[in-house]
Amino acid sequence: MSETAVIVLEELPPPPIDPEYADLGGISMVAKYGLKQSGKRPPVLDYARLLWQRRHFITGYATAKNRSLYSNARLGQLWQLLTPILNVAVYYFVFGILFTQSKGVPHFLLFLVIGVFLFNFLQTSMINGSRSISDQLVLIRALHFPRACLPMSSTIIQLQQLGFSMLMVIAVALGLGQWPTAKWLLVIPALILMSVFCTGVGMIVARMGSVLTDTAQLLPFLSRTWMYLCGVMYSLASVANKASVPHWVQLVLYYDPPALFITVVRNCMIKTPGASSYKTAADYNSALEAMHQPGAAWLWLIIWAAAAGIGGFVYFWKAEEQYGRG
Amino acid sequence: MADTPRVLPSQVLRAVQGKDGEHTYTEEELARLRAQILEERSKRRAEAATNPPTVIVDNLNIIYRIHGAGTGRGSATGALSRIISRRTAPTLKEVHAVRGITFVARRGESIGLIGRNGSGKSTTLAAIAGLLPPEKGGGVYTDGQPSLLGINAALMPDLTGERNVIVGCLAMGMSKAEANERYQGIVDFSRIEDTNPHAMSLPMKAYSSGMAARLRFAIAASREQDVLMIDEALATGDAKFQAQSEQRIRELRESAGTVFVVSHSMAAIRDTCDRAIWIEAGRILMDGDVDEVADSYEQWSKQG
Repeated sequence: MSETAVIVLEELPPPPIDPEYADLGGISMVAKYGLKQSGKRPPVLDYARLLWQRRHFITGYATAKNRSLYSNARLGQLWQLLTPILNVAVYYFVFGILFTQSKGVPHFLLFLVIGVFLFNFLQTSMINGSRSISDQLVLIRALHFPRACLPMSSTIIQLQQLGFSMLMVIAVALGLGQWPTAKWLLVIPALILMSVFCTGVGMIVARMGSVLTDTAQLLPFLSRTWMYLCGVMYSLASVANKASVPHWVQLVLYYDPPALFITVVRNCMIKTPGASSYKTAADYNSALEAMHQPGAAWLWLIIWAAAAGIGGFVYFWKAEEQYGRG
Repeated sequence: MADTPRVLPSQVLRAVQGKDGEHTYTEEELARLRAQILEERSKRRAEAATNPPTVIVDNLNIIYRIHGAGTGRGSATGALSRIISRRTAPTLKEVHAVRGITFVARRGESIGLIGRNGSGKSTTLAAIAGLLPPEKGGGVYTDGQPSLLGINAALMPDLTGERNVIVGCLAMGMSKAEANERYQGIVDFSRIEDTNPHAMSLPMKAYSSGMAARLRFAIAASREQDVLMIDEALATGDAKFQAQSEQRIRELRESAGTVFVVSHSMAAIRDTCDRAIWIEAGRILMDGDVDEVADSYEQWSKQG
């Protein structure tokens, strides 16, 4: 029809150049119209502001994700409650009945439940955080939003789960005859600080997970090791207070962020019975030691939360333009 | 939007060339339609030429660096022996996917990118979206945030269609009220409930690829985007949806956005684009009027 001449790629004339581009050159044309380099990350404060604008996205995404979490199971949302109940049952069976860790710990079940749930919050924040970027590449590529929304909402999902778990904690406390005191209210600021801490850690592992896919494989082992070091299901004192343990190791064990969060919350909710209810003075002593809260604990909680929160945020932001690569 | 079913440029062209057996137009009518289409197009292109630019691609080079290509990559023993012998990054292959592309896109333009598989079209779009960092000495500059619609199946596969719409709108920066307000429009546009009235309450992973593509396009096109890039995203939709989404692309173009379309269907390119860029082996071969470029590409493809 139109042309019949054979097209030889090498002989095609060079494509026409935009006259203005030919005139000004790329850089000054960009400057003239105020264009921005595509995908360049904004300054950290602007980034924080952007993030605040998308707060509805963060919470909306978390809620939707949470609802879909058990959509494959017959019992559906009931699992939100069943999961913590079964967790407690398993740990109680193993550490309360099979092993005798419960000796010398006041209200062992409550002690255990607080430790398990709080650590679980950190653990799941880490594991889901590490996948939050790599699992949502389609979303990241299709729509533009500050990427920190994803690890943040993945922590919020875990926080919603923790809410159900805390209901279990309260049920266990009431079951053991521990009546609410004003001190229980301190649990709220402690959990807020812990959420900030977990969000920060979540953002750190999210960036690592987006680059190094091995992170998601490695994290369960790391976090399990960490759990056993935190006195989740035994009294930290039974390890730390041995004569062979150097002082600095003791400090590390006590001030380790998750251990400290757990200790503080335990002290808010568990009231150690008086000396008269123990058979020997040694028993009473070990009970007190099990509940030992190191000095300046609240100050350190704030320090840990701020360090992880700010550090994680900045660390995540620094790689903002790379998350779409996959 | 609901004007009389309009004749698409590609249909007219086929009829003029005598490739389309069934049509009811006379020779004169066809000639008139064709002239009208060409006139409208050149008018739009002339207008767009004076508009401010939305995308400046300035000597863009993209190099993919692929780790682990070469021997022994698959087996665990291979990986282990590599670690033991401390040969880090055994084979780092570099693929120079885009080699010095330069062009300027302006408001109101719709540009089709054509070329063979692996010629660098999708890579170019990903770079415009800011997903791939360019090599030094060049760059991509945009006005506003470009959105890229790819062929992948679902936005958030385990969430229901309903949630996908709302959360997608929130992610694009709409307020809650705005998202709820636009919801019905998006669902109506996607026509997902035509075939299954309960589709919106199903998780998106249960959708067929065509349904998912429709919903995704409806979400992304619900907002006036400065730069919308569509990478074969419409290929899975049915004929009715394709016509409808092509109409939407024309509207977006008229509302002064810039639209990029990657497609292997020359008809789709001719119907939605005024300008086409032919990319081969990471370089621009032709850049100009859509008919001119598409004709040459089709002819070259037939040469074998």
